[in-house]
Amino acid sequence: MNIIDARGMSCPQPVLMTKNALKKSPDIVQILVDNETAKGNIERYLSHEGFLVEFQNQDDDILIMGRK
Amino acid sequence: MKEKRSIIFAGAVVGILSVLLVYFGNPTNMGFCIACFLRDIAGGIGLHRAGVVQYIRPEVIGLVLGAFIVSIKNKEFKTNGGSSPFTRFVLGAVVMIGALMFLGCPLRMVLRLAGGDLNALLGIGGYGVGIYLGVLFLNKGFSLKRSYKMPSIEGYIFPGINIGLLILLISGAGFLFFSNEGPGSMHAPIWISLGAGLIVGWLAQRTRLCMVGGIRDMILFKDSHLISGFVAILIFAFAGNVFMGYFNLGFVDQPIAHSDGLWNFMGMLLAGWGSVLLGGCPMRQLILAGEGNTDSAVSVIGMVAGAAIAHNFGLASSGAGPTVNGQIAVMISLVLVAIISAANSEFATRRAEA
Repeated sequence: MNIIDARGMSCPQPVLMTKNALKKSPDIVQILVDNETAKGNIERYLSHEGFLVEFQNQDDDILIMGRK
Repeated sequence: MKEKRSIIFAGAVVGILSVLLVYFGNPTNMGFCIACFLRDIAGGIGLHRAGVVQYIRPEVIGLVLGAFIVSIKNKEFKTNGGSSPFTRFVLGAVVMIGALMFLGCPLRMVLRLAGGDLNALLGIGGYGVGIYLGVLFLNKGFSLKRSYKMPSIEGYIFPGINIGLLILLISGAGFLFFSNEGPGSMHAPIWISLGAGLIVGWLAQRTRLCMVGGIRDMILFKDSHLISGFVAILIFAFAGNVFMGYFNLGFVDQPIAHSDGLWNFMGMLLAGWGSVLLGGCPMRQLILAGEGNTDSAVSVIGMVAGAAIAHNFGLASSGAGPTVNGQIAVMISLVLVAIISAANSEFATRRAEA
């Protein structure tokens, strides 16, 4: 599965990238971000959409994993 | 739910502190105004010579340092930059030109409405349209591209400059410019202003409070998280103004405002559109700059430059109304923002790459 690389993107692009990724893969998605704001925004978005959300710290980055 | 409670709490604190700052000496409906305060700072260091709007506003310094301290404490301070810095500089300048046409940043727009200034309704209308236009391009893949990790020192410079400004202010450096009359002469005592800035900086960093994000996320994702902070500011500042006897409903004779509806609308349309492209309102840019985002630091310096241009070239409105120069500048700026929007959207960047 493709990991969406949203590191370094301004608000609200990480969430938009997540939203677009769900069009291709509606049940499972992984996004890499590098800040807490993007993490919080994507978590909120995925939770609203009914996903289970998990995180994994990778050095300075955070991998967000969402699945239905 | 906990997240939402904290942003509503942050909005409530901003609303109440804004009224208190007026009580302690700030101009009416200007407890906080990032555009006005950056404009005053530009004047304070002599970048423009509009004698009535010159002061080093400690609220701005407090916002930056509050965000800086809390981001260091929570290990969220990260130095990054390189996402179209010069485009951001220009966008910062045009956001300022729009805000000074209306006479207030998005935060003061809400505070003006909370004080009964109905001209702010036109501002909010324009602001909403501007955000909508920005969102259209976001949906077309608009991006100023990625930022990258930078050496830490790059991120410490902006908070460092704010500490420097504070030292200059406290030491009463003779080369600074301070208004003897007009809005620049009206201010709360330094320590109260600084303290209010620190508190709001802290809360805004924690909650990501943003005056452009609220409307933007409602349009894009039907997400009401950020807009609940916006609404909380309005409600609590309104209650505070009624309680303190500052509430004055109407269009005419509003403090540091004009009643030219069309240009109030156009000014905030420009500010809203530009802010969406920057990824956050002027206050949010200050907070991000405090946590090491040097693209936001560049945007803030763009706003300072925009304020200097606005006052040197007679673009800024006054209580008497907008100026012709200002109207021309807003129209040119809108064309510029449209070009920046289109040139950085996917349909243009893809073609360039192909």
